[in-house]
Amino acid sequence: MSSLIPAVVIEDFRERAHEALADKQLRNNFRNAMDSLMTKRAVSFSNAHEREHLRALGNAVRARALSKLPDLLERLEANLTRNGVQVHWAETVEQANDIVLSIARRRAAKQVIKGKSMVSEEMEMNHVLGAQGIECLESDMGEYIVQLDNEKPSHIIMPAIHKNAGQVADLFHNKLGVEYTKDVDQLIQIGRRVLRQKFFEADIGVSGVNFAVAETGTLLLVENEGNGRMSTTVPPVHIAVTGIEKVVENLRDVVPLVSLLTRSALGQPITTYVNMISGPRKPGELDGPEEVHLVLLDNGRSQAFADSELRQTLNCIRCGACMNHCPVYTRIGGHAYGEVYPGPIGAIITPHMVGLGKVPDHPSASSLCGACGEVCPVKIPIPALLRRLREENVKSPDAVPRIMRGQGSKYSRKERLMWNLWAKLNSSPALYRVFVKAATRLRGLTPNNVGPWTQNHSAPKPAARSLHDMAREHMAKKSGASR
Amino acid sequence: MSAKQNILNKLRKSLTGTTPVPDNFDEALVTEPWTYTPEQRIPQLRKLMEAVHTEIHLTTAHDWPALLAQLVCDRQLPSLLIAPTTAHGQKVTAHWAQNPALPPLKAYDRPVEEWKAELFNDTPASFTTTLGAIAATGSLILWPTPEEPRLMSLVPPVHFALLKASQIRDNFYSVQREMNWTAGMPTNALLVSGPSKTADIEQVLAYGAHGPKDLVVLILEDA
Repeated sequence: MSSLIPAVVIEDFRERAHEALADKQLRNNFRNAMDSLMTKRAVSFSNAHEREHLRALGNAVRARALSKLPDLLERLEANLTRNGVQVHWAETVEQANDIVLSIARRRAAKQVIKGKSMVSEEMEMNHVLGAQGIECLESDMGEYIVQLDNEKPSHIIMPAIHKNAGQVADLFHNKLGVEYTKDVDQLIQIGRRVLRQKFFEADIGVSGVNFAVAETGTLLLVENEGNGRMSTTVPPVHIAVTGIEKVVENLRDVVPLVSLLTRSALGQPITTYVNMISGPRKPGELDGPEEVHLVLLDNGRSQAFADSELRQTLNCIRCGACMNHCPVYTRIGGHAYGEVYPGPIGAIITPHMVGLGKVPDHPSASSLCGACGEVCPVKIPIPALLRRLREENVKSPDAVPRIMRGQGSKYSRKERLMWNLWAKLNSSPALYRVFVKAATRLRGLTPNNVGPWTQNHSAPKPAARSLHDMAREHMAKKSGASR
Repeated sequence: MSAKQNILNKLRKSLTGTTPVPDNFDEALVTEPWTYTPEQRIPQLRKLMEAVHTEIHLTTAHDWPALLAQLVCDRQLPSLLIAPTTAHGQKVTAHWAQNPALPPLKAYDRPVEEWKAELFNDTPASFTTTLGAIAATGSLILWPTPEEPRLMSLVPPVHFALLKASQIRDNFYSVQREMNWTAGMPTNALLVSGPSKTADIEQVLAYGAHGPKDLVVLILEDA
């Protein structure tokens, strides 16, 4: 899987992070982009009172949807089916790909054009369809750029944010054979020209879904470019792929969520297009796809759902605000995470998808500064969930109940023993006094090298006298003087 | 067991003993900050739509066909796509009939498969109506119909849209309620808030990504 991602040739997250930190161009590109995105968000939420009430409403809408998720999924399916949309269910990405492949084979499809879909990235759909001889082309400008360079998105909203205009100019010149230009308008017009032809030719259009409305059987997509509308309107078949958590109960529920999404993501009051699809072409209609399919994918989401604290992970509406505000993400960029979802949301959702064992360092890739939780439009307590995953990660792999696949991937008997000793020491006064006495007397014997700590810090040395000791002396003096 | 049953069983098991979160949707939160007087609605819509490069013209129920013709000529557009059986399409046809020098009209009157190449390669502009607009976000509401299909507002590089001032509503919530959307959604409903755009390269805003490069709105102040 990772062989497709040039930036992920290095298998270890820490090494990738180090490499990214040394890349000045990359750091500049991210710093500029994240500063600008943070400012835009702040401006669009200039009224803090309004913002906080809207976040609370967004949280309530998502929590309500999750609290009746199985019923809403069945209602969504019933209403979509009534509208003529074919609904498919997939527990794994393999099952989801099989569903897409079987539709493609039945239609003898050769070309697929994709609107933006992070779930299709989970599925590695481009790769899977490509291996079967079906061209699968991205049409979101950013996604198109990274696909052209055999890369993966480095941000869920701004996939090519790690590149500057000069890098895109080189890429277009080399891969498309067009005249070199760094002019962004011209670069976009080149992309428009190439992709218009692809929309025209495509046998199938694939999209994601921002919100699936159970009440009316409606798939809602937000976008600025029009590629989402093209992908879902021009080809004779439209396949939407989405996670099982994306359902909301009522049509009115999308009002606060769309506002929170576009303002948090881009600082826009609304995106250029809000595209609400409730069925395939009806008799008498002159355009639109003949078939519309919805693939509902689990891929680890039901594991997060099973725990009432971790369930909050599934509130996410994929705005990317947490990564825009994350000091770690801003410095290392999206590729260093090596998975589909980077940044704080990636750190809490990815372990459910691929198992903690594959991403043992993700929950630790945070200073716990709290910015992600503060800006989250649906109030996911991301810092608390990061701490929770750290706990799951150092549990014994055999501990029950088993909440996470790959739990205890950082479990060490030695470390566990040390913490048990430490707890004992601090909860038994007699033992503590003996320890402090020994530590202060033998301070000359402590090591100068204590592993990773001493890479960036001087080694800790116990003081000659303990605070307890000095306090006792101080209090004795004080009471002596006042006498 | 099927994937569906497995997923639903897992989810149901996880919810055992819990009660659904009550529906306390406070509509004031999505309406009160976004409420306008009738006089404010056009300026509010105009401010937001012009901020994202929409061209807006105020006109009347009587004058708009002449204004549309003028705008088509000013832009030197070689043709205009219309929905011939709609009331507004017929008004265009009537005005064009009296002015034979105007660039030709094209009719979207057959399935797209029969003229897809022409639509993509040789249809520079289109004209559609709207169902209304939303002042709070600067959005047009489009419900494409068999008479006025979906691709009309998407494929041609220039899109002219007709909007009655009386159909400008305050916010998305009031639109859903006043137009009773939950009673039945069309195949495709759209909010369109400007010409197509992208900031995917270095966050530099560029217009005309995949949809129309120009969106021109004719607001009928007296309708």
